[in-house]
Amino acid sequence: MPGKMRVETTVNGEAVEFLCEPRQSLLECLRDILSLTGTKEGCNDGNCGACTVIMDGRIVTSCLVLGVEAEGSQITTIEGIAGAGRLHPIQQAFLEGAALQCGICTPGFIVAAKALLDENPNPSEHEIRLWLANNLCRCTGYDKIVRAVQSAAAI
Amino acid sequence: MRAFEYASPTTKEQAVALLNNQWGETEVLAGGMDLLSLMKDDVTRPGRVINIKEIKELHGLQYSPSTGLRIGALVTLQELLENETVRKEYPSLAQAAEGVTSPQIRDLGTVGGDLCQRPRCWYFRGGFGLLAQDSSGKSLVLEGENKYHAILGNSGPAYFVNPSSLAPALIALGAKIRLFGPKGARDVAAGQFFVTPKTNQEREYALKTNEIVTELLVPPTGGARNATYEVRQKEALDWPLAAAAVSLKMSGKNVTSARIVLGHVAPVPWPVPDAEKFLAGKTVSEQVAQDTGGAAVTGAKRLSQNGYKVQLARVAVKRAILRAAEGGA
Ligand SMILES: Cc1cc2nc3c(=O)[nH]c(=O)nc-3n(C[C@H](O)[C@H](O)[C@H](O)COP(=O)(O)OP(=O)(O)OC[C@H]3O[C@@H](n4cnc5c(N)ncnc54)[C@H](O)[C@@H]3O)c2cc1C
Ligand code: FES
Ligand code: FES
Repeated sequence: MPGKMRVETTVNGEAVEFLCEPRQSLLECLRDILSLTGTKEGCNDGNCGACTVIMDGRIVTSCLVLGVEAEGSQITTIEGIAGAGRLHPIQQAFLEGAALQCGICTPGFIVAAKALLDENPNPSEHEIRLWLANNLCRCTGYDKIVRAVQSAAAI
Repeated sequence: MRAFEYASPTTKEQAVALLNNQWGETEVLAGGMDLLSLMKDDVTRPGRVINIKEIKELHGLQYSPSTGLRIGALVTLQELLENETVRKEYPSLAQAAEGVTSPQIRDLGTVGGDLCQRPRCWYFRGGFGLLAQDSSGKSLVLEGENKYHAILGNSGPAYFVNPSSLAPALIALGAKIRLFGPKGARDVAAGQFFVTPKTNQEREYALKTNEIVTELLVPPTGGARNATYEVRQKEALDWPLAAAAVSLKMSGKNVTSARIVLGHVAPVPWPVPDAEKFLAGKTVSEQVAQDTGGAAVTGAKRLSQNGYKVQLARVAVKRAILRAAEGGA
């Protein structure tokens, strides 16, 4: 039985070190080892985007990344999006625009939307919808999510 | 996921030394967008996984007008579609990469992984083997749920469709795929890379068990206009239902020679020489493009639920031709 491996990485700006088995996904490592349970598991196979985190400046589905692949990388999860004591404008817009119902998709949407607005502060509705194509929501019908991203972009 | 041993070599020699001679006992990990799903679903159960992303020479993309484009196997779909030279000279490749409408997947998914990804046939993914047969060897596809299965090259025993979005464009552009194994490098024409398996133990590509894809070599277009057109169920996140890639040598509006390759309609990307011959020597018009589409699907054989794909393939050819003729490169 292959043993555990030591991984050194940076999560939300903090250097962390953990032990994991090679078979554990980054998603499992974040949730079960580092107790960062804000990142959600939906499909576990790349289809729903609930597990989206930012890794070295790019959004990835953390269920399809191995924890050991995080060695030396910079990771931002939903826990790292808000400023000290203050919600990020996208979080505020989701809250005010009621862009969530059950909420399981929300962390993935917010992380993906943040990466979009960091790169393109003024996206069109079509660009927002295409960018969020890999994030599924079974509750809201997407409209309020798109509006929330638009209103966060306008701030 | 089952437990496995993890290796992260830094040279291609080390990587192939870690692969063994039985499919499935060892697996190569690039972006992981397909491999990790296959492992979670228990479709493959490797004892060792070899991450090739630390091998520097497999990264990067270079172009020279005299020798063409070299794409490292680890170039991501996003890097491919953002590259200015690719967009200008090889729009068919950029259009195919752009069709993968998920930023999450384009950022990690690599071109090598796109070519070597396994079929999406739900019977295969559900554990019924590559050929999707019951215990008596009878195909589950023919009398089962076959709306996404093959309409060409479907005389059996394989009925899945090749899932690669890039493959049709690479074949139409005359690309070569460079493989590396214990005996060194060898080049395979992209059209020869994909094979239709006859048994569940084979794979659907020409790699040997201990070889890896190191790079793709795309020759200069010589001014040939090229384009990809994909038909999808929705704009977002799904494999195409049918696609066509074309590369047209033209003099004015007149086509002197054509390469046309269909995707997602057969167990391998499907060149259509009859349609190529039909188009050669003609002036591009909507009618000619449409008739070429008709010529491309004359050999199609519909299964019980997938007849609609014949029409989609026909339209894909027509629109790819019109897009290439309008566009530059
Ligand atoms: C939701 C979703 C939607 C998708 N939509 C599309 C689509 O529309 N079109 C499309 O083409 N793809 C699509 N894909 C698949 C994805 O784009 C490709 O699978 C991706 O490019 C694979 O690259 P990878 O590096 O992640 O491959 P991996 O998952 O790392 O590898 C895939 C397979 O190839 C083998 N492999 C990888 N690299 C090499 C190499 N250099 N040498 C030898 N073997 C190798 C691996 O062993 C494995 O068997 C989709 C995937 C998901 C999850
Ligand atoms: S849980 Fe990762 S994409 Fe659905
Ligand atoms: S709010 Fe329930 S899935 Fe999006």
